[in-house]
Amino acid sequence: MASIDIAAIRKSYGSVAVLHGVDLAIRDGEFVVLVGPSGCGKSTLLRMIAGLEDITAGEIHIGGACVNDLEPKDRDIAMVFQSYALYPHMTVAGNMSYSLRLRRAAKELIAGKVKAAAGTLGLDALLERRPRALSGGQRQRVAMGRAIVRAPKAFLFDEPLSNLDARLREQMRGEIKRLHQSLGATSIYVTHDQIEAMTLADRIVAMNAGLVQQVGTPLDLYDRPANLFVAGFIGSPAMNMFQGNYHGNGGASVVIAGDGSEIPLGRAYAVEEGSRVTVGIRPEHVHLGEAGRGIAAPVDLIEPTGFGTILHLRAFGSDLKAFTLDRTSARVGETVPVVLPPERLHLFDAEGQRAG
Amino acid sequence: MTAVSTATTRRSAPPLRRLAVASEPYLYSAPALILIVAVMLVPLALGISYAFRDVKLLNPFGAPFIGLDHFRELASDRTFARALKNTLFWAGASVALQFIFGLILALLLNRPFAGRSIVQALVFLPWAVPSFLSGLNWAWMFNPVIGPIPHILTALGLMATPSNVLSDPFNAMWGPIVANVWWGIPFFAITLLAALQAIPRDLYEAASIDGANALQRFWSITLPFLAPTIAITILLRTVWIANFADLIVVMTNGGPADRTQIVASYIFTQAFRRLDFGYASAIAVVLLLLLMAYALLIVLLRQSLLKRG
Amino acid sequence: MARPHIRPKRIIPTVAHRLAILAYVLFALMPLYWLLKVSVTPNNLLYTEGVRMWPSQTSFEHYAFVLAHSDFPKFFENSVIVSGSTAVIVTILASLAGYALSRFNFRGKYWIVVLMLLTQMFPLVMLIAPMFKMLSPLGLTNSLTGLVIVYTAFNVPFATFLMQSFFDGIPKDLEEAAMIDGATRFRAFREIILPLTLPGIAATLGFVFTAAWSELLFALMLISGVDASTFPVGLLTFVSKFSVDFGQMMAAGVLALIPACLFFLLIQRFLVQGLTAGAVKG
Repeated sequence: MASIDIAAIRKSYGSVAVLHGVDLAIRDGEFVVLVGPSGCGKSTLLRMIAGLEDITAGEIHIGGACVNDLEPKDRDIAMVFQSYALYPHMTVAGNMSYSLRLRRAAKELIAGKVKAAAGTLGLDALLERRPRALSGGQRQRVAMGRAIVRAPKAFLFDEPLSNLDARLREQMRGEIKRLHQSLGATSIYVTHDQIEAMTLADRIVAMNAGLVQQVGTPLDLYDRPANLFVAGFIGSPAMNMFQGNYHGNGGASVVIAGDGSEIPLGRAYAVEEGSRVTVGIRPEHVHLGEAGRGIAAPVDLIEPTGFGTILHLRAFGSDLKAFTLDRTSARVGETVPVVLPPERLHLFDAEGQRAG
Repeated sequence: MTAVSTATTRRSAPPLRRLAVASEPYLYSAPALILIVAVMLVPLALGISYAFRDVKLLNPFGAPFIGLDHFRELASDRTFARALKNTLFWAGASVALQFIFGLILALLLNRPFAGRSIVQALVFLPWAVPSFLSGLNWAWMFNPVIGPIPHILTALGLMATPSNVLSDPFNAMWGPIVANVWWGIPFFAITLLAALQAIPRDLYEAASIDGANALQRFWSITLPFLAPTIAITILLRTVWIANFADLIVVMTNGGPADRTQIVASYIFTQAFRRLDFGYASAIAVVLLLLLMAYALLIVLLRQSLLKRG
Repeated sequence: MARPHIRPKRIIPTVAHRLAILAYVLFALMPLYWLLKVSVTPNNLLYTEGVRMWPSQTSFEHYAFVLAHSDFPKFFENSVIVSGSTAVIVTILASLAGYALSRFNFRGKYWIVVLMLLTQMFPLVMLIAPMFKMLSPLGLTNSLTGLVIVYTAFNVPFATFLMQSFFDGIPKDLEEAAMIDGATRFRAFREIILPLTLPGIAATLGFVFTAAWSELLFALMLISGVDASTFPVGLLTFVSKFSVDFGQMMAAGVLALIPACLFFLLIQRFLVQGLTAGAVKG
């Protein structure tokens, strides 16, 4: 196991810059998730750590040693691919033992390690099968088994669950987490799915357009998103956003929304008077149903998810989504009283940065 | 979150590693490339030079430079003029017939039926027959002494008495053309069949739901999808067939009286039988120029088609 | 017992379809059948029964003659050596080059592709004269080695494109996984990728073998002695020497067919598959 340090990494394909300078220090044994939309550079970064892409500028250190010039095979890392990349003409046992056979390890040693890894992943009965005879979840596990057998310095995951259906994804998520808890391996995990990021990560690295937007624990990003991108990306259903102008007045500070209505902020923020700001509040924090309090918001659409209900309302001249765990008796066309608790509000300045 | 500080300002891989990585693809392709350059490009250059020299194999006393003498001779060479015409006829008729019958075969094979794989194997068999053998085979078939065709043609009233098409100065060309079509249908059929099978089935289903009959479906779905494959295949195949001299050399040797010579077989006859390498190379240079003109035409055509969008 | 109900409208097109297929099969097989038929017709019946569908008596005398008293076994052997060697060498070179074209994006790639396409387009017959002059001082005329060199060069471009399209069908992350597992790229190529392209290798071997087996003009030009003659040259010389012994010539012709047909039947299943998997470049 080892730490991984990424310093001032840039990547360009010809004249097209894809990563504009990434700095990251990953601790030994940490599970870090790189999350962001397609094209944000997360996979490129992962592949640079693996050695599958050249580094245009900057340095990567694994376990303290600079690996810029090292081939993938000399970096002592293991990778789980989105498409699993299992060798079709080898059995499961063959797939898992390939790396050890390349290093000419002793047969008994190989057999022992394969057996142990297979046991951890529940693959014992499948060792003699070929990949085409396995289900998606089983192939995924073989891909992980192949990585575990090597006991590498770090595990790299490139969107490993994207090819699985929703139910399987849930199940595998849990298994990956459990595996990490038992092995304690340094892991870098790339995904575009923010739920995977939230549930798996010790720390999340949110990326967009080739830049790191925020690094922190999942709850950090959830409770205190550093900018509009992170605020809108983390959390589902997504955060409600209202644009308006800030009017500071101590405890009576408000944001004047597009339709002229006022959103009470409850306190003053460190932004310029009259400047353009964005107010955010998560649907699950929107307070519903106390008659006589707040504003009356008409109901446009109701989405019952069984787990709770998403209500699409109109407020402050814009759409407002509310999420409640209670069963609601509201109907489309009716109005519901709605309160936005000031302590749950997020304010972002004109550049989209979090305002204190 | 601290960045690790390093004393070095080295940013990316040292020159040696970068060289190794960059040269990898060249190392993989080198053996093939070296062979091609040595065995095809060098003789090509050499051959072009022969066109301007008097190179006869039987003459051991060097190869004097004679400038454009060969080309002057070519300009008044009646056989060459006829060879040019024959080449057009040969290529045009062969490709047209191969394409039409190949397309029909591909369409026939595109729907599943009992025994399709056997039929497919049998019908593609002619392609496996070496061209010289198919030439000889058909030559024998056309021979009234031993082959059935003259007798069949006479029975059908197309021939007065059973005689050999290949010795008929007006129709001899049809002999090699028939052999070429027999041999070439499988190629077109395979290519078109592969293209046909790449057309998504649901397009046809959507069209029949919309009310299209078989002919309409062919016209509005099959043809547009096939068009690029057809175009490329025909263009490349035409060139290839125009230069394909084996059948003619085997079946008629360019005769009777040089009436079935095409440019490619004329080159061969000059080189192989008369051993006049210089003249043969001059003809070859003319052929090369014609080919380049053809290629240029295609590129210009493509440009104008692309512009029209 | 349920019988499939064929709507009456469908019968005519189906019958027409089957008839058309039959016509094609007959057209394809007729010349070969004729070849076979004459080759087993004894000499005394050859001209009297010339046009019958099958001779009243069959005899293998022609085959016996060809195999025992002529140079054909030598011609056959030479062709097998030349075609086989060419096929193997071309496949090796084409695999390497095809892999490079499939996996790498490098500056020379465009020019290499253009070069290979060009070699497919120009008439090989042009090279006959200079080739003879080049090989003669090297002692490679009238030699099987010379033929192998020439044939290999001629077939490498097409084979390269063929192998490239097969490699394109294999996901790149397999090599990447192998390289992360500890293999060099070349090792990953040998141990992981090549085994997966066995159909492609078979197809390439088959194509090149067939092409080399049928090559006539260069063999005619470069080979002058009986010892080094390949089958096409031998057969043609035979034809001009024994211009009236059709039975023997046809027997020799049938023998010439065997290897090519075998190879072809083996790989024909992959042909349509392989051509659909990667684009056909004409």
